[in-house]
Amino acid sequence: MIWMAALSTMTVMALIIIQVLSEGLPVLSLRFFLESPRSMGREGGILSPIIGTIALTIVAIIVATPLGVGTAIFLGEYTREGKVSRVIRFGIGCLAGVPSIIFGLFGFVFFVIYLNMGWSILSGGLALAAMILPTIICTAEEALRAIPYALREVSYSLGGTRWQTVTRTILPNAMPGIFTGIILGVCRSIEETAVVILTAGSSLIIPTSLFSPVRTMSVHFYILAREGISMEMAYGTGAALILLVLLVNIKANFLLNRYVRKKR
Amino acid sequence: MRVELKEKFIEKILLLIAFSSISILALIAFFIFGEGLPLIWKIGPKSFLLGQRWVPSQGSFGILPMIVGSFWVTFGALLLGIPLGLACSVFLSEWTPPWAGMILRSGIQVLAGIPSVIYGFWGLIVLVPLVRNFLGGPGLSILSGSLILSIMILPTIISISEDSIKALPPSYKAGALALGATHWETIWRVLIPAARSGIVASIILGMGRALGETMAMIMILGNAVKMPSSFLDSARTLTTNIGIEMGYAIGDHRQALFATGVVLFLIIMLLNSLALVLSRRRTA
Repeated sequence: MIWMAALSTMTVMALIIIQVLSEGLPVLSLRFFLESPRSMGREGGILSPIIGTIALTIVAIIVATPLGVGTAIFLGEYTREGKVSRVIRFGIGCLAGVPSIIFGLFGFVFFVIYLNMGWSILSGGLALAAMILPTIICTAEEALRAIPYALREVSYSLGGTRWQTVTRTILPNAMPGIFTGIILGVCRSIEETAVVILTAGSSLIIPTSLFSPVRTMSVHFYILAREGISMEMAYGTGAALILLVLLVNIKANFLLNRYVRKKR
Repeated sequence: MRVELKEKFIEKILLLIAFSSISILALIAFFIFGEGLPLIWKIGPKSFLLGQRWVPSQGSFGILPMIVGSFWVTFGALLLGIPLGLACSVFLSEWTPPWAGMILRSGIQVLAGIPSVIYGFWGLIVLVPLVRNFLGGPGLSILSGSLILSIMILPTIISISEDSIKALPPSYKAGALALGATHWETIWRVLIPAARSGIVASIILGMGRALGETMAMIMILGNAVKMPSSFLDSARTLTTNIGIEMGYAIGDHRQALFATGVVLFLIIMLLNSLALVLSRRRTA
């Protein structure tokens, strides 16, 4: 019975991936990656959605990493468990559960309209940054917690200040863990559709500045599939998307494993 | 002296960073409520929440069908997701030979990594025709949506309940086995009840994910605004209502979508706090 449950879970996963890959892989070619979509995506490739995905992800990571790691350092190294840390943890827990469409609405009214950034890479990246922040904080906190206390004691006993201990001893050791969190954030930004469609627009033109609107691969896939523009192109984009996410996931796993082994 | 000053300065900056992370939540609440609440007051909370007519062009905004739709879909997803998720987490924490555990665990990680639009697409291409051919109805239905959602919430349910089963002191299991209980009795009568609060927290978080899913549901549910009467009916949820109409809404209509967001936000916050309290009790 229990084996059945595990087996059926695996089967469904395999079915989904095989379905998309078997129809999508034949569409993939070098030209598919190097050409921008033509006539709404009926022809051509997915160059501009790829650029859009990369641009949004970079903005999100650049903004969320210092905020997230800073918060984790504050929680892990600078406070004792108390009211302040409890409030912060509760807030982060709540933020982690906020549905993506809410981040989309927020990004739309705050970045796009209130701060007047328009549908752009900047608005989309900032909204994504807010969404991935809890992931980065939690993983970084875990990484800090995994560092043996002796390391801190040694640093303090040598006369190191708190900040020196953090920057010279703790952070270098926690790097792989923090990096895993960042990669998880990258994954979430690549997957996300609802936030991006409301904050970054869905332009197919290759962006020229932070204020250009873009379309990501997920959004491109969604629009192709939902509006029935071209099933062939949709499958191709879907396959590229799955491959990208798998690749990033495997990389994260690899890092995490190496990190865990090193600690033991 | 200068070093001390620098240390103090850095501490203040970190505090500032930590609080700005939190303030995002406050900012989200402020702006969503700021856009949504005026409309709720204008047409009255009662007729907004309990109204059954959603015709933006005529200015009638009742979201009861969406609330009901959201709960039907979520309920359906939990009906399948809870037993499957629990079984998988028991399998992972208690039963599994190491190789099978490794495969299942990485499989679940991949499941968590598949973009929701791809789930939606697969549901549309594979599940919807199946439901239409074998059970009738439009196929774009609560049943198809629930099936897809139950798969999407599995990673949440499995990872958190597995953690809470693994966190139990080994003496529980040893004690039960020493008293002559079989492995299955130990799991069913001792381990699962003992890990109850963690399991419930995982279910609540899974429920939050199900309520919050947008893109996959837009593609599968059919999006009709009416009170669903069976699992084969098409439906619209709170999230899909926002996702579909946000693209072209202006004026009152847009405010009504933000008001839908307010309702969704409040429901999710309630569930989240519940889950956080429960999982804190577990660690305490």
